[in-house]
Amino acid sequence: MSLLINVTGLALMALIVWWFWLSSKGRPAKRASGGAIDIVVEDGVYEPSVIEADAGETLTLRFDRRDPSPCAEQVVFHKLDVSRTLPVGEKTTVTLTPKTPGTYRFTCQMQMYQGTLIVH
Amino acid sequence: MNSQTLAIHGATCQHCVKTIEKALGAVAGVREVHVDLQQQSVTVDGNADRGALRAALEDAGYAAEDDEPDAPPPPPDSPPPPDSPPTADRPDDQDLSLSVTGAHCASCVRTIEGALHGVPGVREASMNLANHTARVRGSARPDDLVRAVQNAGYDAAPVRDPARAEDDREQQERQLYRKLVRQTSVALAVGLPIMLWGWFGGTMTVQAGTASQWGWGAVSVITFLMLAFPGRHFFVGAWKAFRHHNANMDTLIAVGTGAAWGYSTLVVIAPNLLPEMARHVYFEASPMIIGLVNLGLALELRARGKTGAAVKRLLNLGAKTARRLDDDGENDVPVEEIRVDDRLRVRPGETIAVDGEVLEGDSEVDESMLTGEPMPVVKSAGDTVAAGTLNGSGTLVYRATRVGADTALARIIDLVKKAQGAKPPIGRLADTVAGVFVPTILLIAVATALIWYNVGPQPVAAYMVVASVTVLIIACPCALGLATPMSVMVAVGKAAESGILIRQDAALQTAAELDTVVLDKTGTITEGRPSVTRVTAADGQDQDTVLRLAASLEAGSEHPLARAILDAAEQRGLKTATVSDFRAVNGKGVSARLDGTLLRLGNRRWLEQEGLAVGLEDAARQLSEEAATPLFLARDDTVIGVLGVADRIKADAAEAIARLRDRDIQVVMITGDIQATADAIARQAGVDRVLAEVLPEDKAREVEKLQNQGRKVAMVGDGINDAPALAQADVGFAIGTGTDVAIESASITLMSGSLHGVADAMAISRATLRNIKQNLFGAFIYNSLGVPVAAGLLYPFTGWLLSPVIAGAAMSLSSVTVVSNANRLRFFKPRGHHGPRAQTGDHS
Repeated sequence: MSLLINVTGLALMALIVWWFWLSSKGRPAKRASGGAIDIVVEDGVYEPSVIEADAGETLTLRFDRRDPSPCAEQVVFHKLDVSRTLPVGEKTTVTLTPKTPGTYRFTCQMQMYQGTLIVH
Repeated sequence: MNSQTLAIHGATCQHCVKTIEKALGAVAGVREVHVDLQQQSVTVDGNADRGALRAALEDAGYAAEDDEPDAPPPPPDSPPPPDSPPTADRPDDQDLSLSVTGAHCASCVRTIEGALHGVPGVREASMNLANHTARVRGSARPDDLVRAVQNAGYDAAPVRDPARAEDDREQQERQLYRKLVRQTSVALAVGLPIMLWGWFGGTMTVQAGTASQWGWGAVSVITFLMLAFPGRHFFVGAWKAFRHHNANMDTLIAVGTGAAWGYSTLVVIAPNLLPEMARHVYFEASPMIIGLVNLGLALELRARGKTGAAVKRLLNLGAKTARRLDDDGENDVPVEEIRVDDRLRVRPGETIAVDGEVLEGDSEVDESMLTGEPMPVVKSAGDTVAAGTLNGSGTLVYRATRVGADTALARIIDLVKKAQGAKPPIGRLADTVAGVFVPTILLIAVATALIWYNVGPQPVAAYMVVASVTVLIIACPCALGLATPMSVMVAVGKAAESGILIRQDAALQTAAELDTVVLDKTGTITEGRPSVTRVTAADGQDQDTVLRLAASLEAGSEHPLARAILDAAEQRGLKTATVSDFRAVNGKGVSARLDGTLLRLGNRRWLEQEGLAVGLEDAARQLSEEAATPLFLARDDTVIGVLGVADRIKADAAEAIARLRDRDIQVVMITGDIQATADAIARQAGVDRVLAEVLPEDKAREVEKLQNQGRKVAMVGDGINDAPALAQADVGFAIGTGTDVAIESASITLMSGSLHGVADAMAISRATLRNIKQNLFGAFIYNSLGVPVAAGLLYPFTGWLLSPVIAGAAMSLSSVTVVSNANRLRFFKPRGHHGPRAQTGDHS
């Protein structure tokens, strides 16, 4: 019994590490292909939350904020120095042209909403 | 292979051609596409299916009603069919603006207008290519309009009056606030009685097969309802985040409350599974936590509302209507309908509606809301006025020069909004931590449970649940995430109120770390235009006569020196007389006749060449020491006086520079002037160092030299001639004179011409940095003390173990504290300067 509980606990910890940090490949990515990508901002998540694009490509992201809680009020693209206020019930367009390949996070001010922009 | 021709509709420019070629090119079997704009037809080579081609055209928005090209194409701007049903959800005759992207040529305008007219409910649609805005009148829904424009091959988004959008936002926040308060009361109404029952000695344990099992069973159901309704948003958010491999605050609350409820319910259903000591229920925890966290969110929402006060005040400055002078008289029109070159009248006490140039009238205009400069500015024909400023007691007629989003006010609002989302480098650590915070807390919670299981006292199961639930609940990622952005938001707004616009992310932080300020001389320390500093009369003459004659002589001249002399005469109330035979001798002086006498005004050498004995050496030497240029006035053959003309230092420059030096900041003046002139100005201004005879293009290099000495350098200049030096400096300040300043040219723009702005900006920056540090320190300390205590670190020594309910209260308080602390910045006053009047938004 004791062993079982300990093993279960450790397995749970391993699962947390794996699910939240290691298995990000499993996330559904949206590939930019010329047109605008709509991102729904609701219930604590950006949907889709992973965007892929090629370096130098101009990306048009339309954030559709449906969550009125102030957490969702801004979207901040770290390292790209872009931030935008998102009015509720509207689509706010963010245009970006990331030049350097890499992984860029975009989050709300409080980092509760999290998304990733992967530039190839 | 064959070729077929289809009719198209609404294609008017090369952009349309490309869109059509792309759309049809994607259809299987198409080899070549040729668009004929003249005929409104497209010829497709290849063996594509006609239906597929038509579908592609429809998708692209260019399909003709009739397939055959010989049918006459309806004009693109045809009115909508009369039977188009009005849509019910929008009242008739609403005005809506769309910002349209991708339109490059005049014919795109017609396509877009045509597409908009095609939407049911549109009565009127007009596209303005200059500002990429389409205005639509009617009852159509914004979404339908956007789709119509997109189908035509462009992109669009609804534009709304920012002041109205702000009202909407407040409305939504009020709704959310009420909802949160409702959820709080329901949850606390359920949680409190259960908690009190336990406090006042009620049994919280379950005996199998007794009434207590049934009673607690009922409580279990009721508390489940609390999770399902007031706590629903935590669970929905947690689940959605989980699916995205994310974890957020919702995750912590959902897992924590869920675990407390789950364990307690297990105790009720199957008490025999657990040892007798562990048959304790924690039903009070879930509703109490949900209530307290919702309460925290509500309080935070309230506090956050205030952080945006500065932008709201700016938004409220804008006038709603303006009085336009039309051919048929004066009409009050909404400010949105004003176009560039419209003539407008502003009456006493009214707000100026758009940026413009005064055509007639004299008045004093209060520009403090934009520049922070409390003194009203005198305006007359030829002067510029800015939207949002307040007219004094005169009436002005002005010509609109910038409207809508181009006005200085609109650009300032835009800038402030953008800057409020800025991320100064100090927040980076918090960002990194916040990014991994929640999963880390989940790990700590599981580890806590395991430790209690292995080394904790009996009943282990109860301790495991309490300790790990408390860990989950007490951890507050919000405080960490909010620490920097909240302070930045308040500070940027605060700065804007003082006429300081912060544009660059890092500048807010760097401005606090500066130790050297380089000031450009002309226009920064000095007024940037010549004025008469001193009038000395020769023996037997008086100053007023000298000045009056000099002014009469210069009355017809356009030269800046003439302007200075005329202004000086006007200030002393001297009337000029009319002269004849005016003659300007290039670079030397001017001469004219007045009532038969010959007047000459010029430099010493010229007058000596003309054979006059100039004299007045002492006065001239004194002027040179003051960096003023002496101009001698001769009446016939006698020199009767000398006027000193100089680019005077600003009235408050010395005081502002002293403020900087009090802060141990080295103040350097940089100028292209010769050393002697530069030294004279430097003495008056009180700077530490002078860099004279520096060519404009070398200013950036001088800044770099200072940086290479390990100094953090600010450069202050007019933003136009000094752009490279401003860019080179750690912080570039563009100093304006009124509302004309080029606000995009530097990391910080000072709307008023006063150098106090530099010291104010640095003071605000220091206060902000201190505030952010307090917030970050608080958030880090809170979490790094709270989490171990919650896990039971103190238990072995003192027997203390936190209750999950206390943890919920603490976590709510911590984020409210951060927001409130940031709000304190609103009351900050830059020291030593009797700053700008506080402006309220009630001018409109």
